[in-house]
Parts: sequence; structure tokens; C-alpha cells
Amino acid sequence: MKPRKFSYVRAGSVAEVLELLDRYGEDARVLAGGQSLMPTLNMRLSEPKVLIDINRIEALKGISVRDGPVRIGTVTRHAEVMRSAIVAEHLPLITEAMPHVAHVAVRNRGTFGGSIALADPAAEMPACALALGARLVLESVGGRRSIAADDYFKGLYDTERRPDELLVEALIPVPKPNTVSVFMELARRHGDFAIAGVAFQLQMEGDVVADGRLVYFGSEEKPTLAKGALAAIKGRPLGESSAEAAAAALDGDLAPISSAQGSAKMRLHLQRVLTRRALAVARERASGRAKAA
Amino acid sequence: MSDEEHLPISLTVNGERVTRMVPVRQHLVDFLRTDLGLTGSHLGCEHGVCGACSVRVDGAVVRGCLMLAVQADGTEVVTIEGLAESGEIADLQEGFVARNALQCGFCTPGMLMTAAELLAAGAPATREEIRTHLSGNYCRCTGFHAIVDAVETTLAARLKKS
Amino acid sequence: MSNTMSDNVLRPDLDRPNSYVGRSLSRAGATRAVAGRGRYTDDITLPRMLHAAFVRSPHAHARIVSIDTAEARQQPGVALIMTGAELAKRVTGPWVGTLTCFPGMKSAPQYPMAVDRTCWVGEPVLLVVAATRAQAEDAAERIAVEWEELPAVADKKRALDPGTPAIHAELGDNLAYRKTIDNGDAEAAFASADRVVEDTFEFGRHTAVSLEPRGVLAAFDKGTGKLTVYTSSQCPHMIQYLYARTLGVPDHMVQIVAPDVGGSFGLKIHSYGDEIAAVAASIQLGRPVKFIADRIESFVSDIHARETSAKARMAISKSGEILAFDIDVLSGAGAYSQYPRTSVLEGTQILNVTGGPYRHKHHRARATVVFQNKPPSSQYRAVGHPIGNTIGEHLVDLAARALGLDAIEIRRRNVFPDDAYPATTASGITIKDMSHQRCIDVLVERMGYAELRREQAALREKGIHRGIGIACFIKSCAPGPHGYYGMGGAPIALQDACTIKLEPNGGIICAVGVTEQGQGTETVMGQIAATALGVPMSSIRVISGDTDAVPYGGGTYGSRAVAIGGEAVYQAARDLKGEILSIAGTLLQAEPGVLDIVDGAVVDRAGGARRITLAEIGRIGHFQLAELPRGSQPTLSHTRRFHLADDLYIFTNGIHGAYVEIDVDTGFVRLLKHWVVEDCGRIINPQLADEQVRGGCVQGLGGALYEHCLYDEAGQLTNGTMADYLVPMAAEMPDIEVAHVLTLSSVSELGAKGVGESGTGAAPAAVMNAVNDALSSFGARVTTQPMTPEVILTALGKV
Repeated sequence: MKPRKFSYVRAGSVAEVLELLDRYGEDARVLAGGQSLMPTLNMRLSEPKVLIDINRIEALKGISVRDGPVRIGTVTRHAEVMRSAIVAEHLPLITEAMPHVAHVAVRNRGTFGGSIALADPAAEMPACALALGARLVLESVGGRRSIAADDYFKGLYDTERRPDELLVEALIPVPKPNTVSVFMELARRHGDFAIAGVAFQLQMEGDVVADGRLVYFGSEEKPTLAKGALAAIKGRPLGESSAEAAAAALDGDLAPISSAQGSAKMRLHLQRVLTRRALAVARERASGRAKAA
Repeated sequence: MSDEEHLPISLTVNGERVTRMVPVRQHLVDFLRTDLGLTGSHLGCEHGVCGACSVRVDGAVVRGCLMLAVQADGTEVVTIEGLAESGEIADLQEGFVARNALQCGFCTPGMLMTAAELLAAGAPATREEIRTHLSGNYCRCTGFHAIVDAVETTLAARLKKS
Repeated sequence: MSNTMSDNVLRPDLDRPNSYVGRSLSRAGATRAVAGRGRYTDDITLPRMLHAAFVRSPHAHARIVSIDTAEARQQPGVALIMTGAELAKRVTGPWVGTLTCFPGMKSAPQYPMAVDRTCWVGEPVLLVVAATRAQAEDAAERIAVEWEELPAVADKKRALDPGTPAIHAELGDNLAYRKTIDNGDAEAAFASADRVVEDTFEFGRHTAVSLEPRGVLAAFDKGTGKLTVYTSSQCPHMIQYLYARTLGVPDHMVQIVAPDVGGSFGLKIHSYGDEIAAVAASIQLGRPVKFIADRIESFVSDIHARETSAKARMAISKSGEILAFDIDVLSGAGAYSQYPRTSVLEGTQILNVTGGPYRHKHHRARATVVFQNKPPSSQYRAVGHPIGNTIGEHLVDLAARALGLDAIEIRRRNVFPDDAYPATTASGITIKDMSHQRCIDVLVERMGYAELRREQAALREKGIHRGIGIACFIKSCAPGPHGYYGMGGAPIALQDACTIKLEPNGGIICAVGVTEQGQGTETVMGQIAATALGVPMSSIRVISGDTDAVPYGGGTYGSRAVAIGGEAVYQAARDLKGEILSIAGTLLQAEPGVLDIVDGAVVDRAGGARRITLAEIGRIGHFQLAELPRGSQPTLSHTRRFHLADDLYIFTNGIHGAYVEIDVDTGFVRLLKHWVVEDCGRIINPQLADEQVRGGCVQGLGGALYEHCLYDEAGQLTNGTMADYLVPMAAEMPDIEVAHVLTLSSVSELGAKGVGESGTGAAPAAVMNAVNDALSSFGARVTTQPMTPEVILTALGKV
């Protein structure tokens, strides 16, 4: 399976990328880690005229936090995010999710931005970005804009990004001190895409849920923020009864799809199971934090 | 377009400086195998799942089939041949042979390349952690048990020495 | 290792102090492979080599209306484009995949590439040869084929419905073969039995997924007329015959070389149309042509296996005595019966082996093998046994539960006693040299069975659901000439051979007809030869896989290498030893009978004094014939063949134990541990034997829990990538403990049976029994493989 012919540009700057995207639009593809794009090229599933390699653009790399959100540059390798002390301290949800992202070799090359840009519905990073209320920053020759994750993920591999735009970074707000997060997924084999998964972030007041973001992924065409499930637990203490209510509320929040790996019915069932389990863990973590405080 | 676009690359492979013109669509493992005769890296799927193509680029193990040769310009690539010659994993290789942690040998270069990264971390690992680390390397012959044994034994010996 | 009773004396020459038999030596091939110095078919390059790619059918069933290659021919690097019709003119054919030993079997004529009609998605239709694989694919994409889609038969259950069209009109219907066994009086047994248990089963379609895909590098020399093909095949001689017959090159002008093979498992004992096409291209062009199947085309062009639906019942007395089996099997063969080994063996083996460990007298079994618009299926590791053992062992567990008997206890009551042999199973198989009782004892001890049951019960109280699964099995190995291939007229050698030679320096070359795929064939043959001769392992080189260099053999398949090939080595080595001692006796003026060979030298049997080295014998025997009596004509080279004199197979036996934990909310199964106790007769290299069992187990576990070729109603494979077809990976597989019981085979001097498929044959049975053992607390059970979370949750009524 060898790719079709294409033209290749090793871009040296963001400006160069934007100029090329402006010129070629949908005929160009941005090559970051390549862990998702290269298989599609090898299988001849896509036919870009131009491949724009952004791997050498330093401005697109790195993790930092300084008076505000955590910034993760688009070409930051998953492995770097996984090891990052900044991420571990401020965004433990991502650190908890990382071991589920494929395998060592894929994480060494695959990028945080690449995963967000692709928006595979079973991928871990888009789910985390949504749960953490990230803002995705897009640039084009026309300017720069930042989109809330809520508005960024639109459908199956479909995001707000226009063909002439480059995702340059994610800006992830540092959660408040009373935040508890839980990441869980179910996959047939370690590293496989999830067949059901949750990324929860809860603001706690004692053992009562003050607010939160409950994201479900792997079961629909995009990661979903479950409003009904949140309403079911908001203002209530975490426990079996509120967890059950959240699980029941998924009937309104989710419309899972069937695939080779499982029927819609099973996926909904699994999301309910994960809801109960993740909220139980959240409760343990909340009380653990309360004890530590 | 009917012309095959080529670009020059210059990189270090197993410690040797190499300069070539390559088709831009050629992936790194095809380059290593056909241009440099380094056939120790193998192709099992060309979609980044089986791990047979694992090579080390700038110190990290990657899927060689998902990287274009042109992307390796200016990098340091180490293949199983280089790893073997350097002696870095001589103990692991001996352990594999002694424990028969390979049969057909097709997955073995990728398996060793990946296990080498675990050993280099220098931390203890349980059998479950070893299995998790190797979870992206497909082996159809051994059923993995012998491989886990060999990695576990080698790791324990190294930690004991240090 | 422990012996069974009686006639089990270890042969003195194999049991001597410097014997290599029974020693876990490491493999020379392993040392090469860990350094990246393996040499697989794709690693070989020849001058002016070209590369092949294919246009493959996108439809399950379609007529070819027109083909336009004009644009493709203009593409850079293209050397040749060949249609199926053009190839058909260059080959003798078509193939018809039937054997005369299957009366009434029918299959349609098959050409290596589709000529006017395609019958499965993935069937090769056109060949493109170009300077690079990428260029060949570029050109292939520009070939325009106009298709007229025809109705596709995907569902084997509908294949014989009156309204379902025959895929091959000339056959009249989609029936490939029907076989019935009816021994004893099953009808009466069921009518009068205290209890009858029954169930229906579904087994998904599998594919081998060898990590190295199929490949050939063909080089036809127009000057000499010699065809050389490097190919990742298990059976070079069979391939030699097939290529010669099909392509019109005389057998003696064809050399087949199997270099290192990156996994095979039966996938690579078959012939493939795309490989034939690539070889034909080399002959036409007079240049080397390489074809390496990529992973995507492998999924739709490798042989498939296992697709079976079954209904079965078992009659049992209230005291737990198994009385009768009755099974009905529907096997989905794909579009053609694969030539030359056929696609009916999986279905028919199920009839033979179900209930094989047990002493019941009544056995009624029917297999119906049907055609479908899918890739042809054929022999793949443990042919039929994973299915037959699952069916039989599941019914035994159902009966145990119905009668309140423990899973081990019911088996103890019903297996053939260890002193019962030779015996005949109810299905009509002659069985010898088995040890079911001893294997059960060892398994119970190794598993800590009683303790596991206690642990299981205690954890159940806490809502943790574990299951223990037991599966007894028999396994057919090492087919003989009286079996299917020989009696059926297949061009497949059922004997195997060894030529062993003494070199002038005292070194030994041992050329064998069996082949190496990493299981250690060459090492094991070397151990046998070194032991039989009395030389150190370092003095021996084993050669395999090259038809120019080895005697005619059958290759490695069906767990035959040691049983058949090893016996030939043993006997040939003994012959060479005899000649060496005869020469030594002449030189030393002693009776050969008072001499022996130890450590590469001729010695006095009594006392062990070294008398003359093998290097001396070699020097004299090759260069200094004048030192021998006038008329001496030493050959220092001996060839022996071995085959089973009477038996269809050598059967082995054993037992598996599986311990699992089920998450009853998610349906996920965790494999905690697996045990195998088996009897493969004499073990030459214990580590290699154990590793065959381990690898085979995991291959079986993969099929039981993960693997499934998913086809839609239109005959399209919907999960043909490594991401979607789930092969077992390290994190999900258990540690596997292996133990052996020793009962020498009585049909050979070495007494070795076979071990390569025993893991695969019964691991699925054991793990399904374990899953059902856990689910029994809920009154639930599963009989579908793969046992996905969906299958388990459905059984539990949760989805």
C-alpha cells in the first residue's frame, strides 16, 4: 500500500503554512505526527496535492502556563504531554487519559493538535479538550480566532476549522482548586479506539456537585457534553442515587451509533456503566482531597 | 501530476552519514530497506498498528511506516542492525535467544526496539506493565509469554547490576 | 515428564549421557533474527527486478463487461499488464479443488485471475508489473473495469435455499460436499437416554494474519529455461509441482526456495492465483518479478477458515456416562474449493474429533459444506479442532451442570483409560498411545483445581465472577498416505525424507524435506541427527526449504515435522553411523559391533577409548580410497524416507484449563491464566515444544474472543484492516503453563507425535467453558465465537 504521488513542503514558519493553505485549500493536507494521516495516504483513501509538513515549526511546539490557561502547541508530541509536569499538575484529566492513547511508538510521534484537528470520535484528546473547556486557536491569512471546544467539534471528523486554517494551539483553562476529574474508557484491547468513554470534570463543594462538564466519547460521531446527566447530579452529593440519575439521563443526552465494535444499544449501556463507575471514583477523589485539605 | 517529486535528504543512520535523493512519498522503512539495504526493519501492515516497522528516530521509537523518508532529513536514525552492533541491548538479545522469545523473527526487531525503550527507562516493571508497554507490537508466533519472560529477566538483571 | 505404563522404554541410544534429545537448546536462527539478519522473501533483491500489484474485484459477484488498460499502460515504469483471460492462455488449467476421497464433492473450475466473472471481493483480476510497487499501484488505479453486478450469496445458511442462485451455474447448486458418519445406533441411544443436552453454535470466519504477508520473487532465466522462485511457503515441493504443471516449466527445471518465513500457520501451504500470475509475468518478461501482498489485500486474498454453524446434542446416563453424540455442521467454504487441499477438511474434521476423548459408542455426524461469494477457505492451524473440541466440551459441561457433576469428574468418568489402546473412537478413528487420565491428573495438580474452585466460590460472594473451563482434546497430526491427500490424488508428499552426509572434515550436512518457520525445525532435526550419530551439535548443519538442495518432502504442516521428518532423520543418521562404523571396523580391524561414535569420534564401546575421528573417516572416505579394501565404494551419504505405514494420522491428546474473570456489567473477559497438559510423545527440545503450545493457545484465544472477518449481505468485508480485525496482543493474553505427559508413539522408532496445533485446537473450548462457568450463576450461556462483550451482555440480558 504505497501512497499516491503528492507534492511535499517542509514548512519553516506558520506564515508559510497559512500562505500554502490559502493557495491550495482542500487540495492541501497538514502533516503533523502523521499517525492518522499516513495510514489514509498509504491506503489511498485521500489524495492531497500538497502535503504541508509542520513538524519543524518551533513556534507550534511546547507546553506552558503563565497567568492564565495552559497552552499546548499543536505540534507537541503526545509523549511530551504525557510526561509534562505542568499537565500533571494542572490538567490531571489529560495525564490520566494519555496511557490510553494508542501505544508508545504512536505517542512518540503523534501530536496533541493533530488529534484535535482530526476529531476522531473515539479519540481521547478531543474528549479531554471538551471536558476541560479548551479553546482551539485557528490561524489563516485572514487572521486568528479562538473557538470554544463546545463549538469546535461538529460531527464525524468534522470541525469548525476551515480548509484554509491551521490549528496552532489549544488554550486550556486551569481548573479551580475544587475540581475533581476522572477519565475512563472501554476498549477491546489496550490502545484501541474506545467503544465507550467518559471524561468528567466536576467542581465540588464538599461532596456536593457545584458544576461540571460530563463528556462522553467513543459512542457517537463526536464527543458529547451531557447536559442532562449534569443536571441530574448538580446540587446533589455524589453517591449511588445521583449516579443512577445521571446514567438514566443519558437517554436524552446520547444517541449512540452502531459499528463493528458494538451496537448502539450496547454502547449506551456501557456509557451508563462508566457513568456510575466514574462518579464513584470522583466521589473517592473528592473525599480524598477534602481529607488532604 | 505525473512526475515523481524527489527531494534530497541527509541524515545519520546507525552512526553513518547518508545523503540521498528520495521520492517524497517513500516512507522511512522503504528507504532504509531498499536504498540502504537495512532489511532488519519489516513491514507488516503499513497502517501503524503491528509495530514490525518500529525504528528509533532522534532517540525515540516510532512507526517507520508512518514517517516519510523526507521527514527524516537531519535526524539520527537507529535500526535493529545499529542497535545490535552498538551492544546496547546485547543482554536483551541474549535473553531473547535463551528464552526462545521469538520464532519466525519477523516481529523481533520491532519488539526489541520497543522493549529497549522500557529497559532504558531504568525503572522496575511488573509483567503487566511489560505487557502494556509491548501492547503495540503484534506477535503471532510466541503468544507473548516468552517475550515477557525475557524482558522481565533482562530488566531484573540490569536493575540488580545498577 | 512422567511415563505412562508398559512399553515405554526410552531407547538406549536416545537416552545416553550426550544425547541431545530432551534438551532445550537455543536456535541458530534466533541469533540471526535478534540482530535483524533474518532473510525473508522481501529482503531479497535480484538485478532488474520488477514489482507486481493487482486490480482486485470490488464486488462479491460480478461479470466483467469490459477492461480498458490504455491509460494504465502509459504510466511511468509499467512493464506489463495482464488480464485474467491473457493469463489463462499462458497456464494449464483451470484448477478444480476436489479430491477423489471425497465422493460427490464438486467445485467449479478456477483460473488464477478472474477471466469473465469474479466470485469474491479481493479476487485478483488484473496484474500490473512496474519498476516499483508504488508505480504498479498508480497504474492499477488507472485501469477501468466495467462490471455487471450479479446476486451475491454471503449467508451460508441461505446458500442451499431453493430461491438462492447457484454461484457456479454448471454446478447446479451451492453444495460443495456432504459427509455423514453414523456409527452405532444414535437414534436408540438418544431415545432411551436419561438426559439429553443440546445447543447451537456459531463460529466466525478467521484469517491467519501472519505478520509477514504472502510473497514470491520469481526469476525465470530465458537462457537456461530454469525457473527459480523464492517464496514464503511451508511446502516448497508442492509449489514446485504446481508451478511446473500450471506454467509449463518441467518439474526438474523449477527451483523453489523458502527463505526465512515470517509466520505461516497453514496460510502458506496453499496455492494462490496472484502468486501464479506474478510467476507467469517473470516467465513472460524474462526478468525477476516480486509480489508481496500488502496487509489490505491479504485480508481479502489469503485463505480464510473456521466459518461454521452447528447444532449438536449429547446423550448421557444419570450416572454421568456419555452415550452418544449427534452433530450437524454447516461450513462456509467461500467461492471455490481451494486447490489442491480442498475447502472441506475443516467441516469434516469436526465430525471426526468431536467427543474424541470419550468412550461413547454412538456417533452420528453430518457436515454440509457450501459455497459463498467470499474468499476460499482452507486448512489453517488445527483445522476443525477448535470447533469440534468446543462443541464436544461445551456439551460435556452442560451435562455436568445438569447432573450436578464437577467438570473434572465427568471427564474422568468418560475418557478412554490409559491402558485402553489401541482403540477406536465412536467416530471411527483409530487411536493409540494416549494418556487422558494421566493428563487430567497433572492438570488438576498444576492448576490447583480444588483451590481455584474455593477461590471462585469465595469471590462470587463478593460479586466477582470467575470461571474455570476444562477441555479434553484429541489432535490429528502427521497425516499418512492412506489419508485424504494420498488417497484423494493430491500432489502432496505424505512421506518425508532426509539426506545426511559426512564432509571431509568430519562435519555433517543434514538436508531435510520438512521446513522451518521459526518453530525450530532445523534445530530439532539437528538434535536428532547429532544424537543418532554421536556428534556434537556444532558439527551439524541442517539445510531445509530449497528444492535444489533437499530430498523430496512435504514441508511442514499438520504437526508433521518431527513425527515424519524427524523419523527420516533418525533413520538416515543411523544408516550413516552404520557405514562409518563399518569403515572404522575395516581400518581398525575390529568388529563394528564393538565400536560406537561419541563426540565426533569412533570409540570402543567398552571403555570408551577414542580410536579414530570422524575427520579421519571423512578424509579417507573421500580422498584416500586406496586405504580401503579393493572394491569399497563408500557413499558417506544416506537418504531415508518415512511415512505412516497404516494409520491415517498420529493422534495426540491433552487437556486445557482456563481461568477467567468476567465483568458482568461490561461483558469484558479477563484471561487470568491458562494451562495445557499434553502428550506429544518423545520431546526433542522441551522449550521449543512448550513455545509451540503457548503460541498456538494464544492463536486459539484470539479466535475465541476477538477475531472475526465481518461480512455484510453484499459479501463485502467490513473490517479488513489491522485496526478493525482484532488479533490478540500482549496486554490481553495470559501467562500459559505447559506440562507434558510422555507416551511414546508406537508407529516410529523415535516415538514423537506432533505438538504444533495442540494449543490452538482446544484453547477456544476451554475458554468458552470458563466463560460459561462464570455465566452459569446467572443462568446464562454463550455459544458464539468470538465471545465479544456484546455477545456476553446479550446472554446476560443486559442489552
